[in-house]
Amino acid sequence: MLFALCALAGLLVVVTLFDLLYQLAGDATPAISRFGLGFLGHTTWKPGFNIEGAGALIYGTAVSSALALVLATPLGIAIGLYLSMVASPRVRATVGPLVEMLAAVPSIIYGFWGLVVLVPFVDHLEPGLHDALGFIPLFGAPSTIGISVLSAGIVLTVMILPIISALSRDLFLTVPEELKDGAAALGATRWEIIRGIVLPSTASGVGAAVVLGLGRALGEAIAVSFVIGDVNAIHLSVLQPGSTLAERIANQFQGALNNLHVAAMFYCGLILVVIGMLTSIAARAIASRFDVNRTLGGGVL
Amino acid sequence: MTAGDRTGDGVPSDHGPPGRVRLRTESTPRSATPPSINGGGPEPTRAVVFDIRDMAVYYGQNCALADTSLKVYRNLVTAVIGPSGCGKSTFIRSLNRMNDAILGFRLEGRVLYHGHDLYGSGANRVEVRRRIGMVFQKPNPFPKSIYDNVAWAPRNLGMKHRLDERVEQALRQAALWEEVKDRLRDSALGLSGGQQQRLCIARAIAIEPDVLLLDEPASALDPVATASIEDLMHDLKHRFTIVIVTHNMQQAARVADRTAFFSLDITGPARFGTLIEYGDTETIFRGASDSRTRDYVAGRFG
Amino acid sequence: MSIASRLVLGESGRFDPTAPLTPSGNLRRRTVVDRTVRVIATAAALAAVAMLVIVVYGVFVRGVSSLSLAFAFQTPQGLAGGGIFNYLVGTLEVVALGATIALPIGVLTGLYLTEFAGPRSRVAGSLKLALDVMQGLPTIVVGLFIYGLIVIPQHVQSGLAASIALAIVMVPLMARASQEVLLLVPNSLREAADALGVNRWRTVLTVILPSAVGGIATGAILAIARAAGETAPVLILDSIYNPNQTTFDIFHGVPTVPMLIFTSVELPIPEAVARAWGAALLLMLMILIANIGARVWLARTRAKMAR
Ligand SMILES: Nc1ncnc2c1ncn2[C@@H]1O[C@H](COP(=O)(O)OP(=O)(O)O)[C@@H](O)[C@H]1O
Ligand SMILES: [Mg+2]
Repeated sequence: MLFALCALAGLLVVVTLFDLLYQLAGDATPAISRFGLGFLGHTTWKPGFNIEGAGALIYGTAVSSALALVLATPLGIAIGLYLSMVASPRVRATVGPLVEMLAAVPSIIYGFWGLVVLVPFVDHLEPGLHDALGFIPLFGAPSTIGISVLSAGIVLTVMILPIISALSRDLFLTVPEELKDGAAALGATRWEIIRGIVLPSTASGVGAAVVLGLGRALGEAIAVSFVIGDVNAIHLSVLQPGSTLAERIANQFQGALNNLHVAAMFYCGLILVVIGMLTSIAARAIASRFDVNRTLGGGVL
Repeated sequence: MTAGDRTGDGVPSDHGPPGRVRLRTESTPRSATPPSINGGGPEPTRAVVFDIRDMAVYYGQNCALADTSLKVYRNLVTAVIGPSGCGKSTFIRSLNRMNDAILGFRLEGRVLYHGHDLYGSGANRVEVRRRIGMVFQKPNPFPKSIYDNVAWAPRNLGMKHRLDERVEQALRQAALWEEVKDRLRDSALGLSGGQQQRLCIARAIAIEPDVLLLDEPASALDPVATASIEDLMHDLKHRFTIVIVTHNMQQAARVADRTAFFSLDITGPARFGTLIEYGDTETIFRGASDSRTRDYVAGRFG
Repeated sequence: MSIASRLVLGESGRFDPTAPLTPSGNLRRRTVVDRTVRVIATAAALAAVAMLVIVVYGVFVRGVSSLSLAFAFQTPQGLAGGGIFNYLVGTLEVVALGATIALPIGVLTGLYLTEFAGPRSRVAGSLKLALDVMQGLPTIVVGLFIYGLIVIPQHVQSGLAASIALAIVMVPLMARASQEVLLLVPNSLREAADALGVNRWRTVLTVILPSAVGGIATGAILAIARAAGETAPVLILDSIYNPNQTTFDIFHGVPTVPMLIFTSVELPIPEAVARAWGAALLLMLMILIANIGARVWLARTRAKMAR
């Protein structure tokens, strides 16, 4: 009896997932039959003219997430190392939860804060960045108000930082004390122990943590929608506004012009689901040895 | 019996100048002198590596070891025996500051290493461990290849010249070369327990430390592996000063030149480990002066 | 093998054992590298904490002037006046309903994984994978899914639709939390009950669940705190409502705090923006306090269970 209930609950979870795929594909059908796979590469988005393509969105999604990953991966690993290898247990017990708190702040607040606090700051920053690094196309001419792919990347960095930090901390803490002692007894410094023992033996887990963070960044809608501008354009410069798949849905779904417009956004959603599923499965496959998909410390990341 | 007697401090100690070290280069200091009842036999006329004075170790509020003074001599095998929980690991881990990381660890007294205070402000922990290597109870090979296990520390230390040769010689000295020479690139985790422990010894000696500390290196191993580790001791002591903890008395008798017997002091309300008797292995096993030592080596206790 | 095979390979790394215990050889350089790394790691951790402070402080200074009893207990007057009572009630309704749906499913799934599936069971493996995938779904996509499933056929946005979407967000979190706490229940409890010939389901209900209930509850609180701040699903499913009215009709649009923030931010009315900041601060404080409280409680339950 109870077993049946439990099994039913599990079944419901699995069925929901499949139904989700089915439902999205169904609702996206008008767009799929009209644009086909060309949707993925086409960069025009003109709902008024019944032309929709996700090329610019996919580009913006990739660039903003890549930016977040480039910033959050080294920072997150460094924080994980601090918490597991440098800080005393007491400091670890206070700073660790503080870092995890960053994941508890809702995305709407990151969006609001990003728009009002971060965007003006980035606006100040951008001319300097352009002057210093302008020779790299990524730092081409800046936008005028700080609404940009860079702002989105920074907001996403803050949002995925706690995931990568907390997961890598937990991974580093799984390295057996005997191994660290063994290395220390050979006259190794802390950094040599980290580089020679801790990082190599947890590399796959850290990779999975990064992939999980990437999954979160790729799918973030609300926070990004506030700071990226929802401009359907491909700019090499991250100092220019742009758009992402999830953010586009958040920005335009309420005011959709016609059925095809809605279907196009369902198509975007379908792409997001596939990406999300791939990242979850990839994280699992990379680190089958580690259970990285757990709720951290009972916390929810 | 006074504290002085049981630690052998009653006999003139010897910080012998280098010249005198070579007076007796045979492997044991056992002499024809009959065992004395009040100490561990005559003092070896060798350089003192560790001069431990009134050492006491606390973990937080708990005293794990107290009232321990002894000298460890160069190029001898010094065994530490005693019932479990009497502070043997605590003692040996304090000789290369492995306990520093333990929360609440505190050491009183002095540990002089070649006359330098091991816990003094000038002592660098990493330097200490580079000179005083350690092999642990449980084999702990790194999850790397056999070769990299041995080559890792020399690389860190900048000993990159003729590294292959260094690895080979370390493995030879640890009596492991013949078994692994054809699979140096294989993971060390695929080795048997005894092989893993010898790999850990090879790893420790590859950086040519001054002292090797071994904490029950054979306790997790089968008799054959144990025998091969014991054989190693005899060869290694020509190169290193060795301190080995063992709960196996036969092992101590077979490998050690000098033996220290630790036990729990249960006279007072607090129980803590302490050195009971220290001297020539033969003396400790044949003519110990303390009844607790005699009981222990006779297997009547612990 | 003997003295002949001693290592005498070059001078690098050799040391005089009787020298003082100060760094020898390359140790000075290695220590510099080590220190640098530690400084960088410490700085990174400080930066993360600073980030939290900057965000919390940024919301606090902008929102604190709006906070008052009236803010929490009055309904809005016009676009900028009054309080946000109806939004708070709406969020409570939607989240509570979602949690009511999610909690049994989550706990039962957790029970299935720990009590009924063998450790090597393939069914359990796929279920765990499904939970991971569900947890990794972008929440906006969950909104789209329920939109197609419920809003399109019903032709109306509703608080109920939002609740179901939030339930999908919460289920994997609750299942995970339950599973982790249930794993801490000592096997001896199960064996003791089994030895008495008690049914497995009776054991679960009378022995295992009660001893895990604290942990499950804290896990649920964390999941609820997460759902309370979710904006994407309510934006898709529950964005059409009467902004000035308290409603308990979950079959139609229900105002929620995240939607209030989302819609007020770009209004050209400073008072409306101030109200949005106040709402943001209130929402953030509730979520952070729930998180801190649940963590403290969870740490205590775990310590108790581990004993
Ligand atoms: N890391 C530690 N923290 C607290 N107490 C310890 C620790 N290690 C050892 N002890 C205590 O110190 C005493 C001596 O332990 P140990 O040195 O391991 O003994 P032995 O190696 O002779 O078995 C024991 O009472 C043990 O509980
Ligand atoms: Mg021990």
